Amino acid sequence: MQRALISGAAIAILCSVVGLFLVLRRYSLFGDAIAHSSFGGIALGLMAGIYPLWTAYGVSLVSALIITRIKDRFNISGDASVAVLLSSGIAVGLVIIGISGGFTIDIFSFLFGSILLVSVNDTIMILALTGIILIVVLLLYRQLLYSTFNEEQAQVSGIQVEKINYLIVFMAGVTVVTSIQLVGVLLISALFVIPNVTAIMYGKGFKQTALLSITFSIFSVVTGILVSYVFDIAPAGTIVLLSIGLFAGTIGIRSTGLVKT
Amino acid sequence: MLKVLEIEHLTVDYPGVRALDDVSFTVNEGDFLGIIGPNGAGKSTLFASMLGMNTKYKGKIKFFEIDIKKSKDYLKQIGYVPQKPIFEKNFPATVIDVVRMDLRKESEKNKIDEILQQLWIHELGNRRIGELSGGQQQRVFIAKALVNNPKLLILDEPVTGIDQQSTDLFYSILKELNSKQKITIIWSSHDLDAVKQLANHIACLNRTLFFHGESDEFFKNDELVKQYSEASMQEHMHHH
Repeated sequence: MQRALISGAAIAILCSVVGLFLVLRRYSLFGDAIAHSSFGGIALGLMAGIYPLWTAYGVSLVSALIITRIKDRFNISGDASVAVLLSSGIAVGLVIIGISGGFTIDIFSFLFGSILLVSVNDTIMILALTGIILIVVLLLYRQLLYSTFNEEQAQVSGIQVEKINYLIVFMAGVTVVTSIQLVGVLLISALFVIPNVTAIMYGKGFKQTALLSITFSIFSVVTGILVSYVFDIAPAGTIVLLSIGLFAGTIGIRSTGLVKT
Repeated sequence: MLKVLEIEHLTVDYPGVRALDDVSFTVNEGDFLGIIGPNGAGKSTLFASMLGMNTKYKGKIKFFEIDIKKSKDYLKQIGYVPQKPIFEKNFPATVIDVVRMDLRKESEKNKIDEILQQLWIHELGNRRIGELSGGQQQRVFIAKALVNNPKLLILDEPVTGIDQQSTDLFYSILKELNSKQKITIIWSSHDLDAVKQLANHIACLNRTLFFHGESDEFFKNDELVKQYSEASMQEHMHHH
């Protein structure tokens, strides 16, 4: 339980921070696409008898970088490239599952998350990756923010925008696969997107928005894990419903006009 | 005198079109150059090539007497104000956040305050960029361009869609930057009256360079003035 809460909170922070850049780049569903491509990786791992998250990291990162390259090179729109990535991952996964005669139980824990079963090693891994990605974000804060705000101007100011774009894709890939244990393949984009769109309605500056998003996200994850434990319901669904609740509440407050957001 | 910019025989071809044809001119330190020409005259192509965004050109571009193909360091000495800065309307960044994006040394944070004050947007520092009017946003983008103490300011037709009062304020700021702070300015504009008031050098561009020289010389040449005021009028009509 303790492990679940600690790793859940770390994943909440990670998804908020990386997700904010994706949302502001109008790339909200990219996390979802990587998650679906990781499904192919998980199936591959299960078939080959390798720890499925390792193959998921490999497959997701490689396919995310390839699709980004194709998108830039052939001028394909962002949403179309997301669709290609998303469907190819699922297709590969389904075919592999078919070939190996199915392994339904294991696959389910990856589709819907299994945070209550997270091991000590997983927890260490999650904390380490969260630390590394946060350090990278802090070190390259100006470059990440500027190229998200306006690519052309960032380029003129001397920032290597293309490299920064690949870095964001890479960080999104690592974050998604790391988060699979918490909410599963199917609900990951919720953690990337919902706390951020909620925070954008309140926050003035960028740092304030990021901190609000982290707060909303940790609240949903920690409360979600506790509530699901007490009432014995699915943690992933509970977490996502709580963050949707915060979002809906914000919309409600906004539309009454009581609080200027 | 330091040559800030030297363009030698610049030619740019796009598929089926020659966007720029054998353009050559020099900008010296302290110049205020107004570049005029109708839409599609190649001004954006010229700027894109100067700023390293278009590398497919023939000829030579030198900033501060160094070929830009050799080093990108020249960009650190240039402030650039784009025609219409594009960003997400809901982008959660304050005016200070936006100006700070260009600040290379965190140690010079107090410079931001100073510049916001100079541009009359000090009280807007903590407002979100998307909440400001077009004229205010434009001044924020000038502040961004000035925050690293550039030697040269490049502005791409920066008054389209801005009210008259803001435009006048903007012009007086430009004049002060050039005359008091000795910043060299390259400015593309449709407003021939403003060019007459502000610029001391003029370049007329329409795929190739039709005139480059001192402002007085240009305005003495009735034929050129007529031609380019018509072009700019057409341009103006086109915009409305």
